[in-house]
Amino acid sequence: MDFDLMLNSFPKLLDATLVTLKLLSLSLIIGLFLGFCFAILRLSKNIFISRFAYGYSYLFRGTPLLVQIFIIYFGLGQIELLRTSILWVVLKEPYWCAIIAFSLNTGAYTSEIIRSALQTIKPGFIEAGKSLGLSNKIIFFKIQIPIAIRQSLPAYGNEIILMLKGTSLASTVTLMDLTGVAKYIISTTFKPVEVFIVAGSIYLFLTFLIHNLIKFLEKKYSY
Amino acid sequence: MSLLSFGNSGWGDELFFATLMTLAVSITAMIIGFIFALIFTPLKLSKNKFLNIIANSYTTVIRGVPELLVIYLFFFGGSGAVMFVASIFGYNEYIEINAFITGSFAIGIISGAYSTEVFRGAIQSIDKGQFEASQVLGLKKPIHFLKVILPQMLRLAIPNLSNVWQITLKDTSLISVTGLVEIMRQSYIAAGSTRDPLFFYSFAALLYLLLTFLSMKLINKLEIKYNRGF
Repeated sequence: MDFDLMLNSFPKLLDATLVTLKLLSLSLIIGLFLGFCFAILRLSKNIFISRFAYGYSYLFRGTPLLVQIFIIYFGLGQIELLRTSILWVVLKEPYWCAIIAFSLNTGAYTSEIIRSALQTIKPGFIEAGKSLGLSNKIIFFKIQIPIAIRQSLPAYGNEIILMLKGTSLASTVTLMDLTGVAKYIISTTFKPVEVFIVAGSIYLFLTFLIHNLIKFLEKKYSY
Repeated sequence: MSLLSFGNSGWGDELFFATLMTLAVSITAMIIGFIFALIFTPLKLSKNKFLNIIANSYTTVIRGVPELLVIYLFFFGGSGAVMFVASIFGYNEYIEINAFITGSFAIGIISGAYSTEVFRGAIQSIDKGQFEASQVLGLKKPIHFLKVILPQMLRLAIPNLSNVWQITLKDTSLISVTGLVEIMRQSYIAAGSTRDPLFFYSFAALLYLLLTFLSMKLINKLEIKYNRGF
């Protein structure tokens, strides 16, 4: 065991953790928004709209995240129209390509979580709202949404942890996140075990934090 | 379309064999995972605290650390570990382990952690009376497990195991970083030499979709088979 290396690499890996956390939080915020929109489209009565939302979630859940990143980072640059458009400012940066891929990916999983939460709400709650003369809007925002949030918390907690692990793929498009830096240190020192222990502990610590945060929220919103 | 033709001019045959490679790695990893699950599930359910801690740290660490990091550990550390063991037996030459074995092992250990959780859940949700009944009937331990517990466990485990299979199948794309020529790696090579990444990566996505779609069909059939008593 090379304890010096472990001590020396710790600050570098901690710096890289910030990149990981930035990637994670930004993709989760965009993904939550996408997931919410697509969950509502999915429940639409128009068959084309709901099929479209289903296709989106099927496509992104059925293919590896790595393929999605590569299509966006390497593939989209090939389209002449995109390269000359204003979008290219964003798409030429690996950072934004990773964010786009992560957001679309977590959006697909989140849409499934929110959809199933909305679907499992007992009809009695909605009927109760209707019999009280509440408008559809109020029923949706004051009855359906709060219950759905509570219902989907455990599954969404898992999704956050999966996404934390997913951000490690940013290292494949040259970003120096926690895994990227860990790989760099491993390939320069050839001490995989030591680096794995340090980087792995940081990931485990983050997982632990997320797990407890979700537990706390679950307790807070339990009824 | 000529890009996909078979033979020297196209990438059809290469991609076909790459798909077979992805399947081979996924199946090997799934089997290695089952072996790990068979070892760790009893440890998880055991009454011994120490054994519990071992099994729990395995599933917690593996499920909390990115797959890519585990793959790097095996890729960079695998041959070192084997050489260390070999040196104990007096063999000091350089040993290089094949990318297929390293990859399947790395993915297998990850898939094993998920399978362990699935089996644990399935065994715990079998009715207690079933265990007592086979005790009362005086069944021997192996028969009790094979004829009473296993069939009921499989019925409960198959839907979740199909998730584990999907995760494993998608995780194999990450082994491409070690140079094993599976779908992702082959697409990377093809994209590099034809300068058409959009086409090849989209085609790779299509191949993965096809694999997940076909395996879901197969698993649904299994599910019906094991659900026939209910």
